[in-house]
Amino acid sequence: MNQRPAADLSGLPTFGHGPRSPTWWGTLGFMALEGTGFALAAGAYLYLATLWPNWRLSAPEPNHWPGTIVTLLLIASLVPNHILNGYAKECAIGPVRIGMVVMSLLGLAPLIVRWFEFPALNIYWDTNAYGSMLWVLLGLHTTHLITDVGDTIVLTVLMFTHHGYSGRRFGDVGDNVFYWDFVVLTWIPIYLLIYWVPRLG
Amino acid sequence: MSSADLTSERDLPPEREASAKGDLAPERDGPRDTGLDDASLHRWLARTWRTPPGVIGALSSVDHKVIARRYLITAFVFLCLGGLNAVAMRIQLSGPQRGLIGPDLYNQLFTMHGVTMMFLFAVPIVQATGIYLVPLMVGTRNIAFPRLNAFSYWVYVSGGLFAWVSFALSMAPDVGWFAYVPLSGPEYGPGKRADVWAQMITYTEVSSLAVAVATIVTVLKQRAPGMSLDKIPLYVWALLVTSFVVVFAMPAVMITSTFLILDRLVGTHIFNPAEGGDALLFQHLFWFFGHPEVYIIFLPATGMVSAIIPAFARRPAFGHLGLVLSLIAVGFLSFGLWVHHMFATGLPKLGASFFTASSMMIAIPNGVQIFCWLATLWDGRPVIRTPLLFVFGFFFIFIIGGLTGVMLASVPLDLQVHDTYFVVAHFHYVLIGGSVFPLLGAAYFWFPKITGRMMSERLGRWHFWLAVIGFNAAFFPMHIVGLWGMPRRVYTYPAELGWGNINLFITAGAVLFFLSFVLFAFNLVHGALRGAPAGDNPWDAGTLEWATSSPPPSYNFARIPVVTNVEPLWAERDALPVATGLRVDARELLISTVAEAHPDIREKSATPSIWPLLAAIAVGATFLYSIFTPWAIVWGAAPIALTLIGWFWPKGDPEDEE
Ligand code: HEM
Ligand SMILES: [Cu+2]
Repeated sequence: MNQRPAADLSGLPTFGHGPRSPTWWGTLGFMALEGTGFALAAGAYLYLATLWPNWRLSAPEPNHWPGTIVTLLLIASLVPNHILNGYAKECAIGPVRIGMVVMSLLGLAPLIVRWFEFPALNIYWDTNAYGSMLWVLLGLHTTHLITDVGDTIVLTVLMFTHHGYSGRRFGDVGDNVFYWDFVVLTWIPIYLLIYWVPRLG
Repeated sequence: MSSADLTSERDLPPEREASAKGDLAPERDGPRDTGLDDASLHRWLARTWRTPPGVIGALSSVDHKVIARRYLITAFVFLCLGGLNAVAMRIQLSGPQRGLIGPDLYNQLFTMHGVTMMFLFAVPIVQATGIYLVPLMVGTRNIAFPRLNAFSYWVYVSGGLFAWVSFALSMAPDVGWFAYVPLSGPEYGPGKRADVWAQMITYTEVSSLAVAVATIVTVLKQRAPGMSLDKIPLYVWALLVTSFVVVFAMPAVMITSTFLILDRLVGTHIFNPAEGGDALLFQHLFWFFGHPEVYIIFLPATGMVSAIIPAFARRPAFGHLGLVLSLIAVGFLSFGLWVHHMFATGLPKLGASFFTASSMMIAIPNGVQIFCWLATLWDGRPVIRTPLLFVFGFFFIFIIGGLTGVMLASVPLDLQVHDTYFVVAHFHYVLIGGSVFPLLGAAYFWFPKITGRMMSERLGRWHFWLAVIGFNAAFFPMHIVGLWGMPRRVYTYPAELGWGNINLFITAGAVLFFLSFVLFAFNLVHGALRGAPAGDNPWDAGTLEWATSSPPPSYNFARIPVVTNVEPLWAERDALPVATGLRVDARELLISTVAEAHPDIREKSATPSIWPLLAAIAVGATFLYSIFTPWAIVWGAAPIALTLIGWFWPKGDPEDEE
């Protein structure tokens, strides 16, 4: 087929941040499907909870302190996370490197507390369905925490190599910030579900 | 449209500001397509986009067409295997009390048939068709996230092998394709069979989800300049909506199968009523996926119909906007209806009538689609060729399936025929009419684009008639035996009931239907080797995939087309408007804005890599091992992490790799 030039693309930039970049949309897609998984798991928990008049099935109350500390740590981490995002947008390698190290540490800290959170549930997964659901919810979130921290650490290392000097990598940092927000935000309803909802009634 | 429209008033490219700070490597520039003559342009692009030679090269390919071809062939093989299962079952049922197949093997046969057809054939083949066509139809050079796309194929094929090897070892799941607890639970499902079901489901759905995300991003961000939302081809719309349904439905089945394996493997009690769990929860979660699943299969098929009809009616689709809105409406409504699979479970009555009503509501957008298609045909000058014949077959069969569906949506009848052959007849009419027939039409339609050759029209007509007659002979009488009370999933029946003759007839029909696929396979192979050369656009169709050569070169388009119409090739008969200015020495893609498809970024696409295959092996081995011990997850984590790092770690020049 014959062709006639109608548009010139040569002036376009070679990367973009946020919704301009396909990776951002891909990340959003994965959040949508993982978020659906979280919602369904929470739904299953609530479904079982409404089925039984004395939900918790006479298990002891969980100790909410480790979970609360995790929550506070996660919320606090949002501040440096967003500062890091600003530097990523400006493609400023120095501050981004520092920010990535900070975020790696702030990813590891809640994981350490999480280690104590499981025994604080005061019930095992194979005791009854209530225990199973607590471990499932906590396990699901922990999996996300672990994978995201792993990802952050790898990207941190990458930013310290010469590969860091690229627009694409700053975009990756931005997406990492975005995903961490997701990990933090999904935790809040799970936290309420595990520690506070059974106390309501 | 002038180039000024497309690229004016763009903000200053960010990398220029940034490089001023010295934090970015200076943008390396390379030769562009602008000044090149056609021959050297092709040479450059062919070198830049080629799949490396050799076995390792082939295993590293990230070309969406290469991966889609593999997907299509693999899915077709699974169709044949699933069909062989069906024929085996039908031979056992062809007369009363046949001793060919015992209950144990029969249970594995129908389970493997259902699992294979639903998870290894129907969904993968529609997604694979999308992987091939969507990038071509939106005018881009590769799918978004090509390595993820490669990964998804390896996951899919190994998940399928996992199931079929377990079948060969007589370890196949025997609990039905939806594997209800308590039958599949730890108490009644000893051995490893239900574990195979659970892990294979989770595993293959990973691949489905990955493809869905890649498809969504390709459609939203990689459309050719000018392809605003109202100019997206209907088939692409269908795939977009389907991918959204996948994203929100598939996690449900993964949650179901994960809960099941947890109950079986580590002793959780999620589905165990004795310890505070609930068996019905399984059904809710499963059908929250299972009902949309039908639309995951059906929506792309309607997209195919919407591509085939205009091409042969020789006019654009009537009611383009109405068709798009119907697709979206079906996508939404598909989520509300799962409970109609559970009428027989004693749910509250009011709920049941609500779900009856909403089950019927989905008939509205489907009706709109059918009327738009008929209007297109009515108003056009239809040329009847094999693809269109299969569309007619789809109309006929799907409408019967829809009618029996309306019957089943009424609770009293559903209670009456629940778990009889009436249901088996109904869903084969819907699945085969609604999906397999359009797919066969699509195969004849797009075969020339994939192979560069035509399939035989004469064999195509034979195939069509054999398929229609065989199909109806096999499945129509199933309604009748169903109403007589013949149960599904039972390996035999006593002679006194007098079901023998009609079952023999059904079996003959099934064999005939199967033979039609043998003829189809012959036509495929014959066409690929001996078919007449097709040329770029053998049907004189209007959408972008026909603008490039058949089969398309590795880079799809030498220059990115600029779109001015839904049927750009009909609107621009003299010369196709194209965009210039992309680099030819690097895999540059054009990224455009979501709504208007304005050119926005030139971004590099991934280069070939063996890591997606290695990652799939690591993930697959972990899943396989996990049916024996939960520790597999712990041991598997390290190799998975390593392969993922290998996958994402850039090699060479920072701007050159992704
Ligand atoms: C050669 C063509 C086919 C024949 C002869 C055939 C025959 C059958 C028969 C006899 C059964 C019922 C077994 C029983 O309940 O005892 C069955 C079940 C089923 N078929 Fe097919 N089938 C064919 C193609 C397909 C296709 C193309 C699909 C999907 C796209 C499909 C999906 C299913 C499903 C989901 C079940 C239910 C399995 C279960 O109960 O777990 N079939 N088929
Ligand atoms: Cu349904």
